[in-house]
Formats: sequence, structure tokens, C-alpha cells
Amino acid sequence: MDADVMTRPQAASGMTQAAPLLRVTDLTKSYGHVVGCRNVSFELRPGEVLGIVGESGSGKTTLLNAISGKLPPSAGKVEFDTSRFGLTDIYGLNEPDRRRMQREEWGFVHQNPRDGLRMRVSGGANVAEPLMNLGNRHYGQMRAATIEWLERVELDTRRIDDKPRNFSGGMQQRIQVARNLIHGPRLVFMDEPTGGLDVSVQARLLDLLRELVRDLGLAVIIVTHDMAVARLMADRLIVMKNGFVVETGLTDQVLDDPQHPYSQLLVSSVLQI
Amino acid sequence: MTARPNEPERYYNYAYLDEQTKRMIRRAILKALAIPGYQAPFGSREMPVPYGWGTGGIQLTAAIIGPDDVYKCIDQGADDTTNAVSIRRFFAQVADVATTEETGEATIIQTRHRIPEKGLTEGQVLVFQVPQPEPLRGLEARETETRAMHAYEEYGLQYVSLYESVAAHGYIASTVGYPTMIEERYLMSPSPIPKFDNPKLGQNPAILLFGAGREKRIYAVPPYTNVRSLDFEDHPFETQTWEEDCALCGAQESYLDEVVLDDSGERMFVCSDSNFCAERRAAGHAGPMAGHQLAALDKEPA
Amino acid sequence: MAYVAVKGGERAITNAHRWLAEDRRGDVAIPEIETDQIREQLSLSVDRVMSEGSCYDRDLAALAVKQARGDLPEAIFLTRAYRTTLPRFGASLPVETGQMAVRRRISAAFKDIPGGQVLGPTFDYTHRLLDFTLAANGETSVDRALEAEEPQAYPMATIASVFAHEDLLEPDTQTDEAPAPFDLTREPMAFPAGRDQRLQALARGDEGFLLSLAYSSQRGWGSTHPLCAEIRLGEVAVEFIPDELGFAIEIGELTLTECQMISTYGGGVDTAPQFARGYGLTFGHCERKAMSMAIVDRALRDAAAGEASAPCQDEEFVLYHSDNVEASGFVQHLKLPHYVDFQADLQLIRRQRRDYAERAAAMKEAAE
Repeated sequence: MDADVMTRPQAASGMTQAAPLLRVTDLTKSYGHVVGCRNVSFELRPGEVLGIVGESGSGKTTLLNAISGKLPPSAGKVEFDTSRFGLTDIYGLNEPDRRRMQREEWGFVHQNPRDGLRMRVSGGANVAEPLMNLGNRHYGQMRAATIEWLERVELDTRRIDDKPRNFSGGMQQRIQVARNLIHGPRLVFMDEPTGGLDVSVQARLLDLLRELVRDLGLAVIIVTHDMAVARLMADRLIVMKNGFVVETGLTDQVLDDPQHPYSQLLVSSVLQI
Repeated sequence: MTARPNEPERYYNYAYLDEQTKRMIRRAILKALAIPGYQAPFGSREMPVPYGWGTGGIQLTAAIIGPDDVYKCIDQGADDTTNAVSIRRFFAQVADVATTEETGEATIIQTRHRIPEKGLTEGQVLVFQVPQPEPLRGLEARETETRAMHAYEEYGLQYVSLYESVAAHGYIASTVGYPTMIEERYLMSPSPIPKFDNPKLGQNPAILLFGAGREKRIYAVPPYTNVRSLDFEDHPFETQTWEEDCALCGAQESYLDEVVLDDSGERMFVCSDSNFCAERRAAGHAGPMAGHQLAALDKEPA
Repeated sequence: MAYVAVKGGERAITNAHRWLAEDRRGDVAIPEIETDQIREQLSLSVDRVMSEGSCYDRDLAALAVKQARGDLPEAIFLTRAYRTTLPRFGASLPVETGQMAVRRRISAAFKDIPGGQVLGPTFDYTHRLLDFTLAANGETSVDRALEAEEPQAYPMATIASVFAHEDLLEPDTQTDEAPAPFDLTREPMAFPAGRDQRLQALARGDEGFLLSLAYSSQRGWGSTHPLCAEIRLGEVAVEFIPDELGFAIEIGELTLTECQMISTYGGGVDTAPQFARGYGLTFGHCERKAMSMAIVDRALRDAAAGEASAPCQDEEFVLYHSDNVEASGFVQHLKLPHYVDFQADLQLIRRQRRDYAERAAAMKEAAE
């Protein structure tokens, strides 16, 4: 770890007892001589929400992609407590096993709903698909579950068979959220989930997300450049700059009493993002 | 059975293709049989008939046929449709084989869009002409994507399309080329046969070979293989049925073609499998329009 | 009136073939066209058939044009179906287009280049006015072109050699130890496609399709801003090393059209900015095709670099749909009977109409 990383011992001490759901060790991703992220290590426990914050170009998206199995790292390990193999380096799994694990145990909410939805099939089918991937072959059951989830994300269930393009951006994002939660994932990744939305729409979606995460006891890794989102959603924060982690700690501590100058800049909103 | 034509002067190798090409195709067939439902790429050759007109089926037949084979070729179930006639002539000429219209007598049956009504037996080979081997192509245009879906057994997209069909229609509104799962591993297009024929794919004693010349793929269902037509527990797979019987032979459980008789809406329904219909009539079965001129067309002089 | 149920028949096919032959011959009072007339006087048709038929044989191509009644995709199909049965006795050495006996060579990049601009036989700068003397006499007196005062440079410098000292143009990649090139006539298309596979597919690809794709890229659907660095037309020697001899012997001569398109490439992490190349090569004189091919080749290289967005940059889209023998066959197979499929469609649509009527009736009832 770099010498100037601000880590408060007490931030981690309360949680070290439970077995980790995810363990990231010395993760580095570089593109040629350009560093995406370097020497990142942390653990995530069941039910915990971790925020990764930083300005654009800080390496947070690279880190998210590397952790979520989309981008093989140059060095380091990403271990996940898989239901089939226990705590396993996800890049050590063969590709079919890794993709199956991603399908069955993870969710991924993209910033742009177009990246996370099948735009040519109905909202309802988008939400039901993860159930089919898990082997559900009962149309009526899946239909009922879909309706229940559309209600949970506060969408008009009569529009279940409309295509995503007929929904507003905020509603598309709700469909994406339902699609990523319906199969009961153990870990959900969120990449700027409210990023492309109007401020008022953002606020309502954020409330909904927070409620769902709390109710379901989900483990979440959320990437955001928005400190308000981080404060609302995350239990713990990782602050990134130029590919390095510069500060970690409980959300309130990092936001109320930032130690690293860069964190201070971020929090004081002096930094234009 | 028609007599063998006289030995023609040979400008081409036996059965048209050169022996190296036949070996290449046989290797692809063996690979396809070893991995039921998997689309094996092969070096499809340009053939003297156009793409989309049976180049895949013809190459499969050419690779496995020998002088002792008895060859039958059907299109839409019938032996006397123009393209079936054309392909049957081709093999009679280039492979010196006996040809037949009788399903039970043939060793190789090449088909487009149907499986014969009469059950096949061990030792027979059914060769399907396939326009589009990729069952997912209508849902995903990119080969690179669909290959990955097969490799990772990610068939969510296929189920999504069935789900949408039920949502829209109340049932699975797919009628031909109805998707099948082979041995619970590979999603496979049965070629554009009506779903009526899907149940004949599974546990069939014959070898089922599928050839797509333009798309350069071969796949296979070996004898006695499990083939499941995709469905939902509460919307189970079902086949087409007709209220009518065959007008010529009275068959109640065969796939029927609708024949328009005049421009005031009169129509008759007849077996699409012309040989099945003819054999029934020869055995004394008769439908309501048994004497119709269509019945006479079956045995046309060459 | 009663319809005749159309179920094919042996006699129908035989008679259709006879009728076709009659139509091909046309009015028997007019002398039958000879294949050597086609070869000499419809030479650009012959060139296209050789190119897209991938078989260099002017007589065979002329025969195909005659048999196909002038329908070039049909003639290309005939040529392909013949060539596929030919035995192969080996592969020639790569032809040296740098050693071409040039009949035409132009560059749009430089006003003058070593070897000069050689206009050669071209429709360019002709006025497209119908020449009715060709119809009236069947023959015009041909004034022979004047010989140049100075002998033409040989070998004619290639555009690559013009750039060579400055490293501005991406170099020819020499891969002596590379495995044998992909053979599209023996292996199915695979993706991502190597450049060998891509160039083969484009060389066999339909001129019209490639022309439209190239045009689309010029209009901004995948902009590459191509510049025609060089077109050359002429004859090259074909050399072959027989196993028995172990050294190269010349076994013949090919007429080729070669086109080098260049466009700027901004460079990357490991490469300096330079001009990237698109390459076109055809049998015979097929300039429009060679240029289109070069532009599309260049556009597809963007795809390899992950910058694809337009149709002409989409490798699967372009390579899967460029072959006119495949395309023509599959489009026209819709003429084959589809009774069984249609019967299934009929049943389905009747069922759906019944459902619709029931729903409509129920709604009406509910409303009343």
C-alpha cells in the first residue's frame, strides 16, 4: 500500500470478524504504460455497501470492471464467496463457470440503461430473464414475480409489455434495477446508477435504491463521482485518485473529516467534476 | 423404384465432389455426431445449384452416398416438387444410385421442411437442407455473439422470446423452425420443419444430419437422442392439428397442405407427405375427394 | 374458375430448360455471338466475371457470360461452380505488382511521381455520349494511340517506395514465417477475420455492394477520408516452384488492377501518426471494384481497432453479405415452395384473428 493512504484502523475493526463476501488483493490494471488502478485491496462483507468515489479518470470504473469480472487485472486477485466453490479467485474460474456465477449470484446496474437492458424486448421480459437463466420454466410464476418487482420499483404494472424505449430514463433505470434484483443476487455492482438522470428523478431513484438495499440486506459496490449519492448509499468509502486509493473509511468519517487533501477537495466541492 | 440410368460419361468425380472434400465433410459429420446439436463449421464448397436451394444437404448426401444406396428426395414432404425432382436427378446422374419415393425403401432421404410421416428405422439417414443453422440468429444478428451464447450455454435470449410470445398471444406463437434443446446442452434449429414434426426428432432410430451450405455449418442428432422442444410448464409444447382429414386418403394425423380449388374460397386439405398419402390410398384408404386429379399427379412419367 | 394445383414435375423442368436455351439464342436470323467476340469486345464483363468468379480464364469467363445471357452474377456463379471442382497442384509465389508491365498508373496524391502519370485506356474524361456510329456500322475505324516519345520507366516505382524514405506510410508487413494464408474457398468465415480472410472476401465480393459501402463511408457513414495514392493496371508474371525443380519458373501472366488508398491514422500508444493503407486488387481491369475494395478494406481496419460504428466498418456485416453468389442464391430461394411453412402461418394467423375477434366481442359486450 502507498504510504499516503489514509486508513483509519477503527473503520475496519468492527467488521473483520465476519467472513468476507468479496476480497480484493493488490489489484492492478494497466493499459500499456497507462495505469488504470494500482495495488487496490479491500474486503466486503454480506450486507455491506461500499462506495468508490473519485473524479472521472481516477480509475474507479477500471476498478469496478476488474472486480466485476469484466476486465482481467494485470496483477492481484479478486476472490468471491461463490455458492458452488466457496471463496474463489474469479479469474481462476474457467469462463463458463465465471459467467454462470455472474449470472446467478451478481447483479450489475449500468449508468446507461441501454447497456443493461435488452432494448428490443419488453420491460417485463427484461425483468423475468434472470429467472429463466436460473432455470425457472413456469411462465405464470415468472409473470407474477415480474409484476411484484415492477411494483417494488414503483412502475405501472400495466406497462409490463412495453418496450424500454417507451419508458423515460428514470423508469428505464427502475426496470434495470428490478432486472438485477429479481433473482436474489448476493452482490450488486452499480456504476453511477443515477448518473444520467435529472436531479429530481435522481433523488427519487436514490431513495428507492436505498430502501431496497436496506430491505434486502444486499451487498453493494457503487461507483459514483457524486458525494451526495455516496453519503446516502454507502457504509464505507474508497477514495481514488490517478489509479490509487488515497483514503478509505466509514462514509461519515471520510465525508465529515477527510484526511487526504484530495478527499478534502472532493468533499468541499471546490473541485469541479 | 426407378431404374438406374446408364453410366454417364464422367466429367466429374463420383457424386460430384472430389474425395478430399468428401473426407473433409465426413470429418465434420463425425464431429457433429459426437457433439449433438453443435454447429460444426466446414469448408462448404460452391455447388452447381444456388445457395439456399439445398447446397448443404447435397454436400452431406454427396459425402455419404455410395452406389448401393437408395435415394429419396422430398421438398415440403413431396417427392414431385420441382427442387426435389431436380436434386434427385442430380444424384441419379452423378452417383448412379437407385432412387425411390418410398420412405421405407430409402437408405438416404434428403428433405426440405418436413420429416416423413412414416417412422424411420435404424440404418436410414435423414439429410435436412438448412437455410439458417443458428436458432438464435433471428434474435441476435452477430455470429460472434451467438457462438459465445452456445459456448456458455446462455440461452436467456431464447427464453425471453418465448416469454414475450406468451405475453403477447397467450401461447407460444412459433410454428416452423421451433427451437429445440439437444441432450439439455445445445440449442438447435430443427430447420424450417413445422413444429408438427418436432416430436419425431427425439429418440429417432435414424441418423439426422443437417447441412447449411451457405452458412457453412453441419450439425446432427444421432440415433436415440433426447430432443426437447422449448416450452413453459404452464404452456407446454403442442403441435399443429387440423379439423379436416386428408381429402385424398382420409388420414387424420398427418401434416396437411391446403390446396385452393377456385377463387371463391373452396379448398381441400391433403397430406403434405405425398408418399404417405399414396401408400394409404394403395392400401384402400379414401378421403372425401379421393378421385381428385391431384391424386393422379403422384405417379408422373419422367 | 378452377386453379391447377401446381406440384412440379420432371417434364416441366425439362421443358423449362429447353425454353431457356431458346431465349438465350434469341432470333435465329441474327448470327450467334461467339465466345471469342465476348472475350475481345465485352472484355470488362469478362474481367468482372473472372474477378468475382475467382478464376482467371478469359475463355471460360466469356463462355459463362454467353451461357448466362449477359447476366454477370449468373456468369460468376457458373464460373465458381466450375472452379470449385478443379484440382489444385500448388500455390504460386506472391505476384510482384511492383514489377508490373504498366498500362495505366495514376496517383491522386502527387502531381508527379517517379515514373509519371500514365493515363492508359480509361473511360475517365470521355464524354458519355452514345456513339451511334457503333450502332450504324457495327464498326468504327480505330485510330491507334500514339506511342510515347520516351520509353516508360520499368519497373514503375510503387507508391510505397515513394514514401519509403520518410516512414510516413505504414509499411508492407513481411511475414516470411507466417502460416499459409487463410483460404476462404476451403474454410468457413471466422471472426475476428484476419486481413488475408478479409481481402479474399472483398476480392470475391460483389462490385455493387462494395461500391455502395465505399460510397457510404465517403458520405460520413464511417468516415475514412480516403485518398487514391495509386491505381495501376497491367500485366504481372506468375511464378511457381514445382517440387521437382525446387526453383521458380514463370508459368503465365495475369492482368491485374491494383489500388492503394491511404488515409491518415492518428497514431496510438505505440505507433506514430502515419498514413494507413487500404488495398484493392482484382483480376483484369476492374477499377471501380479495386477502389471500392481498398476503401472498404481501410474502413474495416477501424473495426479491428475497435472504432466500428458504421455499416462499412462492421466486419460481420460486410464479410457475410458481400458474396453475390451466396446473396443471389438465398434471396432467390424464396421462389422455392414454402407450402408447409405457409400452412403453419395460415393456421397461426387464423387462430390469432379468432382470438382478436373474441377479445373484440368481449370488450363490446362489456361496454354495453
